[in-house]
Amino acid sequence: MTTRDKSFFEHIWDFFCSLKLAIATLILLAITSIIGTVIQQNANPQEYIQEYGPTAYKIFVALDFLDMYHSWWFITLLIVFAVNLTCCSIKRLPRIVRIVAHPDKTPDEKFFRTLGRKGEVETSLSAEEAAGRAAEAVGRLFGRIERTDVDGRICLFTQKMAWSRFGVYVVHASILVIFAGALMGAFWGYKAFVNIPEGSSSDKVWPRNSNQPIELGFTVRCDRFDVEFYPNSRRPREFVSDLVVLDNGQEVLKKTIEVNDPLTYKGITFYQSSYGPMGNPLFHFKVRERATGETVEVKVRQGEPAELPGGAAFRVADFTEQFQNFGAAARIELLPGMTHEHKPGERHPSFVVLKNFPDFDAQRGGKYIFSLLDYKQRYYTGLQVAKDPGVWVVWLGCFMMVVGCFAAFFLSHRRIWVVVQATDKGSRVLYGGNAHRNQPAFEIWFENFSAQLEDAVKNG
Amino acid sequence: MLSVKLFNITTIAYFGAMVVFIAYLATRSRGVALVATIVSYIGFALNTAAIGFRWYESYQILGVDGRAPLTNLYESVVFFSWTIMLLYIVIDLKYKQRAVGAFVVPFAFLGMVWAQLYLNDAIDPLVPALQSNWLTYHVITCFLGYAAFAVACGVSIMYLIKAGKEEKNPEGSPVGGLLGVFPSIRVLDDINYKAIMIGFPLLSLGIITGAAWANYAWGTYWSWDPKETWSLIVWFIYAAFLHARFTRGWVGKKAAWLSVFGFAATIFCYLGVNLVLSGLHSYGGS
Repeated sequence: MTTRDKSFFEHIWDFFCSLKLAIATLILLAITSIIGTVIQQNANPQEYIQEYGPTAYKIFVALDFLDMYHSWWFITLLIVFAVNLTCCSIKRLPRIVRIVAHPDKTPDEKFFRTLGRKGEVETSLSAEEAAGRAAEAVGRLFGRIERTDVDGRICLFTQKMAWSRFGVYVVHASILVIFAGALMGAFWGYKAFVNIPEGSSSDKVWPRNSNQPIELGFTVRCDRFDVEFYPNSRRPREFVSDLVVLDNGQEVLKKTIEVNDPLTYKGITFYQSSYGPMGNPLFHFKVRERATGETVEVKVRQGEPAELPGGAAFRVADFTEQFQNFGAAARIELLPGMTHEHKPGERHPSFVVLKNFPDFDAQRGGKYIFSLLDYKQRYYTGLQVAKDPGVWVVWLGCFMMVVGCFAAFFLSHRRIWVVVQATDKGSRVLYGGNAHRNQPAFEIWFENFSAQLEDAVKNG
Repeated sequence: MLSVKLFNITTIAYFGAMVVFIAYLATRSRGVALVATIVSYIGFALNTAAIGFRWYESYQILGVDGRAPLTNLYESVVFFSWTIMLLYIVIDLKYKQRAVGAFVVPFAFLGMVWAQLYLNDAIDPLVPALQSNWLTYHVITCFLGYAAFAVACGVSIMYLIKAGKEEKNPEGSPVGGLLGVFPSIRVLDDINYKAIMIGFPLLSLGIITGAAWANYAWGTYWSWDPKETWSLIVWFIYAAFLHARFTRGWVGKKAAWLSVFGFAATIFCYLGVNLVLSGLHSYGGS
């Protein structure tokens, strides 16, 4: 490698190691991310043209603003972000490993001069005696000490939470782990949906943005769907589906799923997401002929005519599950007879029957008195289907991030050094300490420590 | 509802605390500062009691469907005020810098006033998507994070005022007047950093619990929904702030400005997304 190449490589390396690049990337990511929250993503071209005009639409397409979080330039920014934090970590990690794994246990006087917190005390005790007492005091106030004798000096060293220095690198690594998990999901997973009518099953699901179904390799059957509403409200309280998984024709798994409680089989998860009506509801009426008192029970689907005693007929023209807080209501049209063909726009006498008020229709004074006993609406259940083999990697990354943040912000690597040297009158004790975080708290602690240590080695 | 009355008294207490804190800046009397602190602590106690009562009332009104009061805009705003005061009290106990109250309590007061005057305080049952324990973890972590950023923003404003004044009258003449009781800019800078150090992991946890919940409910931990994206924008800004501390040329005023911008983005993430944009977090409509 020539000098020229090397300096060019170093140039690139320094660029990706720089903290300024990190700050610039973070701010650029923050600013550009706003675009996708203002311009709706992945909508129809017509919607954009209508809202912003054709010129703006062309500009948006050229700049990839309509799916910006997957655009080449946003992905490039994310790659720069990842490379930057990798390079920064690689550059700084060896020094941290050295500090943690090979601390300077035999510091010289020059080292003590660099320490922020330090002290010096002369004592009449012998070096051995003073070192023993200092070791006892440090052990009592801080932690177990390591003793190293070198060049006639007795060096004591102790440290706590050295590993917390790795916290920030754990956070950096966690971001790479989350990216890896997201990539695994993007390459080997999918998001899809399927609507299954009550009583039927499906062995395919439909991915978003594609008409080509995905084969599940097993079958999912929906035995029952049920939606429950809050009293006097259209607000659903819960909706549930009884799902059965059939693999090779065998029932292998059964679960009632609801929103916030999915079913997982072979790495594929089914989430209760929506529901809707399937076909017309089936009604169960009791009809009494006022004149004769004759009563019949009729089961009929919405829209279909049903015969009444005396030759007339009726049909359910309209239905709602919630009619002005009165509950389920059906609008009934009386027809001249079963054979009567209903023409669009043709008007027949019609009235509303309420399920919750079975005697209400008697007050109408009509020839027939209707009570709606029950109705059965078939539903389909709408399921989101997701396969994401990377999700556990993402959670691992998230866990690392939280633990790393905690270590990086709230734990402090604290070190204490004591060096004892024999003098003519006895010995000289040099001591100092250092914390890599939360200096004010360490300062207060060190004041007390210093007083107690000096007390211990002074009193003969 | 008793809780609404208690929230009203809380609002008055926060207003009182705010006024007395400002009076402290003018009078520089320790007695006034003590009164302001006591009133703000009382307000916090009332706020706590009111949230507790609302929780209890939700069971009275909805029966088995009762839930922690963290689900609609009204409840989130009064909870936000509560978390701001909680973080303020933590900082107050640690630093004992009374003047900070004049710049933090107003955030809690504004939240309470807005909630009491303009927001719907009805206790409604939850739609199925919100019936999850993740809701509680998500809301608590997010709002504690937001509150830490509110404290950081208040302190940064103090920093900018004080640093601006000190630049105008360099050395010699000590800064007097209202600024006399401000902590030194070194202390302000330190509180700013500490508050963001508390807020950043909480925001991260808030985003993670939100992602976990979304994954459990819909099978997607991240969908670039505007709310998600804005929370990430806030995360990027504070990540930039934390790194800026290690770079020469980015400390001091620039860091303070970044903290103010960060809180503006936080507020947009919390309210702007719901009131201006659209997305999964639907409480803005109510």
